[in-house]
Amino acid sequence: MLGLEKRDTLLLIVVACLVTFAPILLNPFPADSSMAQFNAGYPDLMQRFVIFGIFAIGFNILFGLTGYLSFGHAAFLGVGSYSAVWMMKLLTMNVIPAIALSVIVAGLFSVLIGYVSLRRSGIYFSILTLAFAQMSFNLAYSVLTPITNGETGLQITLNDPRILDGAGAPSYPNLFGAQMNEATTLFFGGWSFTFSVGYYLCAVIMLISFYLAIRIFRSPFGMMLRAVKSNQQRMNYTGLNTKPYTLAAFVISGMYAGLAGGLLASMDPLAGAERMQWTASGEVVLMTILGGAGTLIGPVLGAGFIKYFENIFSKINKATLEGWFAFMPDGIEEFFVAIIYPFVGKGWHLTLGLLFMMVVIFLPGGLVEGGQRIGKMFRRRDRKSSDAELSAAQQRQVPPAE
Amino acid sequence: MDAILLQLLNGLDKGSAYALIALGLTLIFGTLGVVNFAHGAIFMIGSFCAVTLSKIFALSHKAAEPSGKDFLGNPKYDDVLYITEWFGEDIGNWMIDWSVPLAILFAIPIMLLIGYIMERGLIKHFYKRPHADQILVTFGLAIVLQEVIKYFYGANPIPTASPEALRGSFDFGVLIGFEPNAIIYPVWRLVYFAFSALIIGAVFAFLQFTTFGMVVRAGMADRETVGLLGINIDKRFTIMFGIAAAVAGLAGVMYAPINSPNYHMGMDFLVLSFVVVVVGGMGSLPGAVLAGFLLGIVESFASMNEIKAIIPGIDQIIIYVVAIVILLTRPRGLMGRKGVMEE
Amino acid sequence: MGILEVKNVGKRFGGLQALSNVNLTVEENSVHAIIGPNGAGKSTLLNCLVGKLIPDTGSVMFDGQSVLGRKPYEINQMGISRVFQTPEIFADLTVMENMLIPCFAKRDGSFRMHALESMMNEKDIVGKAEHMLEEMKLIDKRAMHAAAMSRGDKRRLEIAMCLAQDPRLLLLDEPTAGMARADTNNTIDLLKQIKEERNITIAIIEHDMHVVFSLAERITVLAQGTPLVEDTPDKIKGHPKVKEAYLGETQAA
Repeated sequence: MLGLEKRDTLLLIVVACLVTFAPILLNPFPADSSMAQFNAGYPDLMQRFVIFGIFAIGFNILFGLTGYLSFGHAAFLGVGSYSAVWMMKLLTMNVIPAIALSVIVAGLFSVLIGYVSLRRSGIYFSILTLAFAQMSFNLAYSVLTPITNGETGLQITLNDPRILDGAGAPSYPNLFGAQMNEATTLFFGGWSFTFSVGYYLCAVIMLISFYLAIRIFRSPFGMMLRAVKSNQQRMNYTGLNTKPYTLAAFVISGMYAGLAGGLLASMDPLAGAERMQWTASGEVVLMTILGGAGTLIGPVLGAGFIKYFENIFSKINKATLEGWFAFMPDGIEEFFVAIIYPFVGKGWHLTLGLLFMMVVIFLPGGLVEGGQRIGKMFRRRDRKSSDAELSAAQQRQVPPAE
Repeated sequence: MDAILLQLLNGLDKGSAYALIALGLTLIFGTLGVVNFAHGAIFMIGSFCAVTLSKIFALSHKAAEPSGKDFLGNPKYDDVLYITEWFGEDIGNWMIDWSVPLAILFAIPIMLLIGYIMERGLIKHFYKRPHADQILVTFGLAIVLQEVIKYFYGANPIPTASPEALRGSFDFGVLIGFEPNAIIYPVWRLVYFAFSALIIGAVFAFLQFTTFGMVVRAGMADRETVGLLGINIDKRFTIMFGIAAAVAGLAGVMYAPINSPNYHMGMDFLVLSFVVVVVGGMGSLPGAVLAGFLLGIVESFASMNEIKAIIPGIDQIIIYVVAIVILLTRPRGLMGRKGVMEE
Repeated sequence: MGILEVKNVGKRFGGLQALSNVNLTVEENSVHAIIGPNGAGKSTLLNCLVGKLIPDTGSVMFDGQSVLGRKPYEINQMGISRVFQTPEIFADLTVMENMLIPCFAKRDGSFRMHALESMMNEKDIVGKAEHMLEEMKLIDKRAMHAAAMSRGDKRRLEIAMCLAQDPRLLLLDEPTAGMARADTNNTIDLLKQIKEERNITIAIIEHDMHVVFSLAERITVLAQGTPLVEDTPDKIKGHPKVKEAYLGETQAA
């Protein structure tokens, strides 16, 4: 179906189902229960899951396939955001032109940076991309203030021309009138599920991006990219020019980043320079590796994982911990709270860093490899074969146990 | 003329910090072949050694003041510093004043230990792994280290003073025949520059004139052959890692008065130091030092108003522009060897 | 007029004159061996032929066209394939994928943006790759990771990958270096078979006299960067100059 092999079709369908029902699946706890703070099914966070999923899928096309480690991909995300906001300022609040422009501008920008950076490989390539991204970040903060509005960030205002919008047009980003922040909340017993326009727009675009990524991975072009990673010398002596292949991968991943940036701006019409900082580039590296570089579902998994950590895990405070360990005798309770506290709440970065190191050391294939190992153990026990990558995909929606 | 000289001086102190960090990075890369993204975190820990020592010196206990009673008639308590109690008022206060330079002694064993643990516990297992893996695992370690520091010291910068005698400015211009007040320069920055020069000189002398250094240099050039000679090169490389950590740590200790230590300063410096190392040429020690000072000076010149008037924003990006130009025109940096890190 | 004409080629590295005045003609459909002691400049010469090095002087013509100044991939597309001393294959890819890549390179040239095409629609290419694997007796290893193969199989695969491009000239750089006698003989048989079945010119750089005299129709002896003699194997065997420069050395060793 859709030009995909059976297992890829299955993977796509499973991801589609999970994404469609995410508002329900991610809200497993009743709204008034003490566990409600672990519900991730609110539009703002779900949008981040899928948008950063797109960003990581794109990054993986470059790093996972060709092995070129870019430390500057956030620049394309930032450029995408700025373009989208400008489109909404000048033309229309409809998000379609905004998103289209962000992809195009990020694509052009990545042609430029990729053409120069890909003249070198290894760490030199990483440093070149880092240098370009830091340059963009510094310029956005200083001389380019007329375009970027410096530290305040670029925003939409009532005075913007918006030549295509009539008098009655919505003043918030919309899709032919449906505003991104419109949402319906369904109550179901103690549970509440919110379905928003913005999330579903992002979800559809993410599914398209994911589908295209599968096509690229399975295409002859994808094979060539893996060959670049494996042996450039043999590529050259097989009559293949590696430069256009790597540049094409770089530009595709830059366009994915631009798309993610455009979507971020469409959900919340604001673009700031901090989106381009190298820490943001580092984050997409973390996502991709954590999930599993070079696998299809890995980057999406990693993006969801890190965003969940950032938004949910970080909210665990001392009182929550005390609640969990309340069944223990006082002294022991305090001991456990004291041991665990540095790793949760504001210390979530510490846990993330440790986890990341563990993955690099013991699980180079990331969470997907972990899932595959568990899958294998499972298969050995009973003969039911289950696709390992798929089982990893299902894990994605289960809130991390840690 | 005096303005140019002033910028030159301004460039030197930043350049010395770059050069010291880049020197350590290059030592690690050249000897062990490992790209260490946690090196900036070591610099940051060095700075926090200075903070810690001054905190230790400030430890006190309450002691009843024999004469005084407060207005309710209760005995009055005073904070008594342990350090003045143990060493006497004069020496104690002097130690508090000079806590940053004293922290050098405090930091050396700590940094060597951290370096040793890092190498034996983690880096050792990554010699045979691809450079991308090394970058990633040390990047993870850097996050962990900075979060640990953040947990203990908080997120805010902690101002740390230099000794009183070395505070204030110094009229450098008069010395070389300019008008008074033409070139005013903070004393501590001169100290920092001198200190860096000393450390850099010591590292080079160590590598040049000791047998140990000779073996390490030979190992940098050709590890296998040296290994075949029956020399335990790995053990020496471990020590080298410790030395590199100490160099970065000391750079951090002395930098504390210039830049109030905060948990993310390591990452900020790391990005620039990597640019420095790459510009100098991966694996070249003189290249790292040269590029460090060069970029420091270039950066300070670019921040002159006269230059900013011609090219707005140049001060923000000049380092990266230089890095890009050098990488594209001299692919292996200023003094790098062929074929390093380009697999 | 041979298929490969090397004229007056010279190459200098700093103070070392690696090649000087090299003249060499490889006739179409012949097996031509280039032998010589270590440091004779064999590898330098080979690198000049495939575009890895650019000679300081002279010309290299392949089928009437100059190869000088062209990139390795361009020279390969002209019809020169190279087999390396240690097999250069795509170790992280499967054997089948290793085979598919040269098939695509032959059909599509040095670059094609087939990012959204499906492998399922490439029946011709897949068929050709399978055919090559069958011919090389590697078909049952098609799903294996290339890195996991034995050294002999890797060599076979590399040769198969080169042949899949239907090259007019196959360059082999010490193809049996470091091989056990049995593997060496297998490789010799394989090359003989290739020569019989295809319209192909083979140029081989070799250290092993057994290989050279089993395969070569003409032999060029290189010493200190210059060709010493060029003749048929029988004549070379008895040539006094060659004995002195080369065979003497191997006998002593």
